[in-house]
Formats: sequence, C-alpha cells, structure tokens
Amino acid sequence: MKTESDTNNAPRALKQPNTPNVVRNVAGQPNDYRGVLVFAERRGRQVQKIALELLGAARELADSLGEPVIALLAGSKIEDTEAQSLVAAGADEVVLVDRPELSVYLTEPFAATLTAVIRDKKPSICLVGATTIGRDLAPRVAARVGTGLTADCTGLAIDPESHNLLMTRPAFGGNLLATIVCPEHRPQMSTVRPGVMRSLDPDPTRTGRISRFDLDPSGADNGDNRGNGDNRDKVTILETASAKVEKKNIEEASILVSGGRGLGSAENFDKLNELAQALGGMVSASRAVVDSGWIEPDRQVGQTGKTVRPDLYLACGISGMIQHIAGMEDSDYIVAINKNPEAPIFNYADLGIVTDVNKLIPALIEEIRAAKKQ
Amino acid sequence: MKIVVCIKQVPDTTEVKIDPVTGTLLREGVPSIINPDDKSGLEAALTLREAAGGTVTVLSMGPAQADLALREALAMGADNAILLSDRAFGGADTWATSLTLATALKKLDWDLIVCGRQAIDGDTAQVGPEIAEHLGIPHVSYVSEIELDLESSHSVGNPSQSGSLQPRAIIVKRNFEDGWQRLRVELPCLVTTMKDLGKPRYMTVSGILGAYGKEIPVWGLADLGIDPKIVGLAGSPTRVKASFTKGAKQAGRVYEVDAQEGARMIVEKLKEKFILGR
Repeated sequence: MKTESDTNNAPRALKQPNTPNVVRNVAGQPNDYRGVLVFAERRGRQVQKIALELLGAARELADSLGEPVIALLAGSKIEDTEAQSLVAAGADEVVLVDRPELSVYLTEPFAATLTAVIRDKKPSICLVGATTIGRDLAPRVAARVGTGLTADCTGLAIDPESHNLLMTRPAFGGNLLATIVCPEHRPQMSTVRPGVMRSLDPDPTRTGRISRFDLDPSGADNGDNRGNGDNRDKVTILETASAKVEKKNIEEASILVSGGRGLGSAENFDKLNELAQALGGMVSASRAVVDSGWIEPDRQVGQTGKTVRPDLYLACGISGMIQHIAGMEDSDYIVAINKNPEAPIFNYADLGIVTDVNKLIPALIEEIRAAKKQ
Repeated sequence: MKIVVCIKQVPDTTEVKIDPVTGTLLREGVPSIINPDDKSGLEAALTLREAAGGTVTVLSMGPAQADLALREALAMGADNAILLSDRAFGGADTWATSLTLATALKKLDWDLIVCGRQAIDGDTAQVGPEIAEHLGIPHVSYVSEIELDLESSHSVGNPSQSGSLQPRAIIVKRNFEDGWQRLRVELPCLVTTMKDLGKPRYMTVSGILGAYGKEIPVWGLADLGIDPKIVGLAGSPTRVKASFTKGAKQAGRVYEVDAQEGARMIVEKLKEKFILGR
C-alpha cells in the first residue's frame, strides 16, 4: 500500500527529462533521408482501402522525387498475398513486421514498430491514414522521432524548388485551406483523409521487394530514449466489439441520399431510406441531423464527419454549411433540394430544385420506380 | 485522485461565415468557447472526482483572454486553473504546443491527464498523444467512457476523514470506425475524450461567483524554465506556407418548381448521367 508521501511525489512515470529529439535537415545540404513510407493499415487481417489510396499518392510523390515507395505492413499472421497487393498498388518495397502483439491495434506496439522502421529506412516522407488508428499512431510517432506532423491532408505535392512536401489541409472548420511544410525535419509526416487520394488500378505484373523486419523482442531497440517500451504492459484489452459487418461505409457508396434539418422530423428523415433503396444507394446526413439523433454518427458527412465522393450526392433539406460542403463537394454530381432559394448548398449543386423536400421525396420515389420499369 | 484537464479556447467555428463577395473569413464577433471535446473531458473529470475524491485542475495555453475559458471551467466545478501565456509560445504547431504543455505538466502532480480529442479550429487530434509521448506515459484516444478500476483502488489519507480513492487504473471505451475496445490502462496515463462522453454540466451561480474571486496563475517562459528555441513558432517543425479560402465550384442551374416537376427533372438528369438505368 502506498503512503501519503508516495502520492505526493511528482508524476511517477517520468523517467528522464524530456529532451527534444530533433533531426535537423539543413536546407540545401544533401541528406540521407530517401523514400516515401506508407503505413499500410490492416484490420481484421485485411489491408484497408486507405492503404491503397496512400500508395497511389505516394507513387506520384516518389516518382517526382526519384525515390522509392516503401510500405510498412504490420500485423500478425500476414499472408503473402497481402504484401503482394501492396506491390500491385504501387509499393517498391514492402516491409513486413509479423508479431503476435500486432494482431489488434494498440498504440504502443504499433508506435514502436513504425518508429523502428522510420529509424531504419530513413524515409523523407511518411504517410499515415487519418483514421481512428492513424490519428492515434502518427502523433505518438512524430513526437517520438522528433518531427512535424500535418493532420488530415487533402492535398499532397512536391515543391519543385525545395523538393519539400506541400501538405494542404482544411482548417478553421473547413473554411480555410492551409498549405503546410516541414522544411528542416525528417521524415515529413502527414495523416491523409480517407476517400481523397486515388488508388492506382492494381497491376499484378508490378514487382517489388518484400522483406521481413524484426524488432528486438525485449523492446530494447523499439522504444524511445525515455523507456516508452515499458508502456506496452500498461494497457490491456478487456473486450473488443466490431460494429455490424453488413453495415457498409458511406465513404464507399456510389450513391448517397443525404438529409438535413430541413426535413423537419425524424419520421420525414426515415423516408430517405425508401428513396435510397430505390436508387440503390445509402443514407447519409448533416451534422444537425446526427446531433438530433435521427441517425448514427457514422453516417455524418462533413468536416467533423466523413469525406465522401459518390457519383451522386442528393442533398435533401441540407442548407450547406461550409463544414458540410467540405465533406461532399467533390462528389461527381450534386443535386440539392431545399425550399430556401438562398441556401448555400445551391452554390455547389449541379442541379438545384427549390421546393418542399417532403413533397418531392415521395414523387421522386415514384418517378424512379417508373423509370426503372421502362 | 488528481486529474489535470487540458482545455483550449477556440472561436466557435459554426458561427464563422464567408464573405460571399471576397471569399474571406468573417471572424468579427465570432464568440470564443471552450472547445467542445475538452468541455466533455472536463465533465468526465468532474464526474470521476465525485466518485473518487481528489482534485481537478484545468490547464490552458493561449493568449491572456483564455483566462475566461478557465474561469468558465472553474465555475463548472474545477478546483484550480493555470494559464500558460507568453509571447514566445505564439505560433506553435502541435509539436511545440504539446512540448510546452508537457513541460508545465511536469511541474504538477497528477494521476490522469484528460485532453479533448481535437479542437474545432484545428481538428488535428495531435496534441494529446504528443503530450503523452513527451511525458513517457501511455495514452488512449477516442475515449467515450471512463470508469475507475475499483478492484485496484485503495483509499489514501485518514480513513476517518473524507479520504480520496487512489485507483491504480482506469477502464475506458476506445472507439474505432468499425467498433470499439474496452481497455484497462494503468495510471498515470492520458486520455483524449470525445464529446459523446457526456453533456457538460452548466455553471452554477455559486460556481460563477467563486470563479471570479479565484486567482489564476499565469506561467510564462521563465516559469517553465524552457528553452525559447523549442517553443512557439521558433520551436515548430511545421510552417504554414500559404492559406486560402476555397472558391465555390461553378454553380449549376437552380429551378423553382413544384414537387412533381422537380422529381421529373431530377430523374431526367439521372438518366442523362447514366446514374439511373445503368
């Protein structure tokens, strides 16, 4: 049992003073940081779509730099075909780290792995998906290796003069776009919004090197200078639950019927299901609707929700707050229905209908059914 | 149990409008609020204190005006507040911000640090995990429930007086896009909280009165004893190279028609685009 004086001690976890562990990359000087490293996210023994999107972006960046694309695939019981799929998607080299403690995501084992690979491969750029895994992992690793990190990028390019990575991201609730650089530290790290970058068409004839990377099982070489390797024993999983598998992600839908507060009630909102079914699409929503509890948060489109890019985005009773626009403006074809002709959504719509949305929906369902019979 | 909650004062981005002519941000008159995820984190901390006893300290880095956000937190029920404010801290990116906050945290005594998942003005979600790394403690992000691991708790202080529970661990619910985990995390640790963790309580009248009488210490560069080269803009690995507002995409046609006609027009367009009938 602890004594009173124990608990009055300064924070107990601190082992050593924290010294910034900064890698200075002197501008204009040659440096040995080369390659674009992609953290290939894997869940439930499956490489995630975001990994392929990042490889698509990485390929383009690497080609303009004349550097290789390296993918890190970390997990347990990884199949050869998974690594090959990363080569087909653009990787020149796949680094496999296959360890039992990597079967399910936990911060510390993955942070140790990515840190060790960064220290070994010394990439100039490191891309991680802006998912609930990537946005947990990347800051932990950036702080550990002592470099900058730009969150939720929606645009990546190489500056033709400095060869620095130009990382563009929405800021200020999506009202503003900012281009961020990390000129003197390597790697230049970024998390990238899912659904924004284009993956390449898989090319099974591409060739790449697949190598296994082993960490010291004692953790001696994979923590940091502050003994963070110890932290892996401090977090234990008591229970794991996955959301229903049949629930498709709105980011993957090619048709979205999206509802806003203009529908007026949860009952009216529910009618969107029938419309979505007639169109073969999914229902999504604005933040106001999610906040009202008419639908689950995973259907929210916008700055604090998901970025979607369907073939058709049908906005029903959505006024078009800038935070919402940020999540759907790249849709191929946008139809907006709103009774207010001044609603900002009409500035982004390819086709706008000013009318009572609750009257239009049943009429539209009928028209669609009639058209399908033809 | 001693808890520190890191809060940020942010402009209420839902109130930010764009000038339709110039395309610039209209920030004037936009109210400042406690970042919503942080406020839920504070609520969770106050709830934990009700169960375990102890103290809740709020910590913020920002300009002198952030004092107001800290007073709001005191009025909600926090015991103490500290403001980190110095010209040298200005322009900090997440790395420099987290290092400054971590340096201040090393001067404090805590079992648990609570940060909001992300701030609505930056949306990076990076400062919490980076603080934890600088402190060398575990962190869990995207937390929507926190409870004490009572099996590993024991009381401290004189049991005959109102003692405080000293848990060795907390149990948290960690959210993913496609599910969740329930994790046991040993203290000390850091969690980042989501706003669905709980609706923040309102300030009470006595809380408000008390909050305005309290002194909030302001710590600057010298108080932290930190090298000016590693804080603020000077200590930030990242730089804003350019910022711009998005131009609206070429708007399409807008028609004021009745519902039946509108439905017919939509279906015509969808056929034209091969969205229907493919």
